[in-house]
Amino acid sequence: MSELLKVPTMAEFMAQGKQPEVLFWVGCAGSFDDRAKKITKAFVKLLNKANVEFAVLGTEESCTGDPAKRAGNEFLFQMQAVTNIEVLNAYEVKKIVTACPHCFNTIKNEYPELGGHYKVMHHTQFLKTLLEDGRLTIEGGKFKGKRITFHDPCYLGRANNVYEAPRELIQKLEAELIEMKNCRRNGLCCGAGGAQMFKEPEEGNKDVNVERTEQALDVKPEIIAAGCPFCNTMMTDGVKAKEKETQVRVMDVAELIANAQDL
Amino acid sequence: MEYLPNILFAILLIIGIGYFAKNVKKLIRNIKLGRDVDVSDNKSQRFKNMTMIALGQSKMVRRPVAGFLHLIVYVGFIIINIEVLEIIIDGIFRTHRIGLKVLPESVYGFLIGAFEVLAILVFISVIVFWVRRNVIKLARFWKREMTSWPKNDGNFILYFEMVLMTLFLIMNATDVHFQELNSGNVISQHIAPLFNGLSEGTLHFIERGAWWLHIIGILVFLNYLYFSKHLHILLAFPNTYYGKLAPKGQLDNLEAVTKEVQLMMDPDADPYAVPEDDGEAPEKFGASDVQDLNWVQLLNAYTCTECGRCTSECPANQTGKKLSPRKIMMDTRDRLEEVGKNIDINKGEFKEDGKQLLDNYITREELWACTSCNACTEACPVSIDPLSIILDMRRYLVMEQSAAPTELNNMMTNIENNGAPWPYNQMDRLNWKNE
Repeated sequence: MSELLKVPTMAEFMAQGKQPEVLFWVGCAGSFDDRAKKITKAFVKLLNKANVEFAVLGTEESCTGDPAKRAGNEFLFQMQAVTNIEVLNAYEVKKIVTACPHCFNTIKNEYPELGGHYKVMHHTQFLKTLLEDGRLTIEGGKFKGKRITFHDPCYLGRANNVYEAPRELIQKLEAELIEMKNCRRNGLCCGAGGAQMFKEPEEGNKDVNVERTEQALDVKPEIIAAGCPFCNTMMTDGVKAKEKETQVRVMDVAELIANAQDL
Repeated sequence: MEYLPNILFAILLIIGIGYFAKNVKKLIRNIKLGRDVDVSDNKSQRFKNMTMIALGQSKMVRRPVAGFLHLIVYVGFIIINIEVLEIIIDGIFRTHRIGLKVLPESVYGFLIGAFEVLAILVFISVIVFWVRRNVIKLARFWKREMTSWPKNDGNFILYFEMVLMTLFLIMNATDVHFQELNSGNVISQHIAPLFNGLSEGTLHFIERGAWWLHIIGILVFLNYLYFSKHLHILLAFPNTYYGKLAPKGQLDNLEAVTKEVQLMMDPDADPYAVPEDDGEAPEKFGASDVQDLNWVQLLNAYTCTECGRCTSECPANQTGKKLSPRKIMMDTRDRLEEVGKNIDINKGEFKEDGKQLLDNYITREELWACTSCNACTEACPVSIDPLSIILDMRRYLVMEQSAAPTELNNMMTNIENNGAPWPYNQMDRLNWKNE
């Protein structure tokens, strides 16, 4: 299966004197986290299927600096940003797609001031354009009629006002899209943002991901759809904490679409 | 002697407005203690935001019940204040209901009628507000930070409004001449029977009493603003004008850091060069006290009316953590007031008092509990940004104090060493392709 994946790097494109249509920014979670790697592969399969000429930076990619910035280490953030921008600009990158809303937000909003100007898209937005251009078709397949609820990632939703692209994709699966009590601009955080992913939470009476998972379970979904590798981890942990992992699955929107077509 | 009431009135007016002006001056001075920040861009968008959010209450009505009641009190407040204009003219020039002399009776009647209807609606709304606070006890009004003054302040404001509306209606109800006109006394005609059987002299006495108490009440309320969370009725306008325009997820890049990073990355930079001495101390990174924040953040603090929508939406607060975005704003204002008083006492010079915003007001535990999810900024009806203060204080902790939690230090060391928050080698970044 894996040998079918075509994942060219920017360096390879450069060697051939070509420019890819888009750079796929994989991100740290997408590169290293076991769960998130599956999302990365699902998205690549879709890119391959739609014949998108994309490239990754591979070993030349480095953390965007998002968790450092939000932890208060502006210095480390800007060092990372400037290094990444140098690489991206050297390859004359114009367009970037990423499956991580944190990378998406940072590159789109915080890099321009430091010299990095790119058109940045979240993978759900990109998939939507592929669909609209007729380069990709989505069939309901195995998700037809399934109850799916979408958890808005803060850095995609509130932070950048992207609410509809992931929902439109889910609806294309002919699934029953159900909304949680808190959704869209009122979406409740999964608890991972602002560098919380990398530390234990402060003392309280509950973990944020459990609270959010309860909201999701309240609407009795078969699948909780996510659009962020960190949300995915937090919600998966939440479902486990509620001992519902046999009934409810947490999946990225890209995985839903790839799975529907048995990619 | 017959001019005595007018002189008295003028003196009251001068004292009332003068003392308020003095406090406004202090308010502006305190806000200017913050760092400068350039918000001169995008004037038309800013104006639009102010019109929509402050004037148009667009974010208030997202919670329909509170939003609707607030709309009534807000519209009532603005429109009934036209009546204050008449009171001031009458008070100074010894006229009585000058409006009747300059306007056709029907127009005047329509205006006063509208004021009376609004007054009773405001009265009812304020009662409902009071019930929500004190009987239903909505959770956001009973959080940890809502004790003593913040709690009482909320109720005092409601009592003020109840009394002012009552006085306005009594004033009209006991105005024999006005009742005889029978134009515009839509509400007060139903109150007038309560005073049946009293002599005209007594009625006149009550009418005058209500008139005087009404205007004195307004002047007292005006001066109460500076000491109260109720300042939002004025500051919501500049605050929404200067509010953040960038996408919510975009946090500012520190310019001082950019300069240093550029220097480090510049291959032509001379590592042995003596830094230019421009006579200024190197800029402090982040904020440990109010003077380190920018003036818009300080304006935010004075604008906050402690409604608690931010805190009720905050994931950390909802799950029992100490962080409350509202408390961040309240603490910032309290400390700023303390610094302001310090400056007053010490003849315009701030004297070190061994205290600061960090630790003495806002604890580290609160700061580290934030997920930067922007639920607070989305919820705020007047564009306050508690997240920016939390971030600036984290910056101080990390860049000036190296005081991040250990796990975050590990995460940052990993980014520094291998370009990822986890200890994986950058050379393994594409391994997933073959797994």
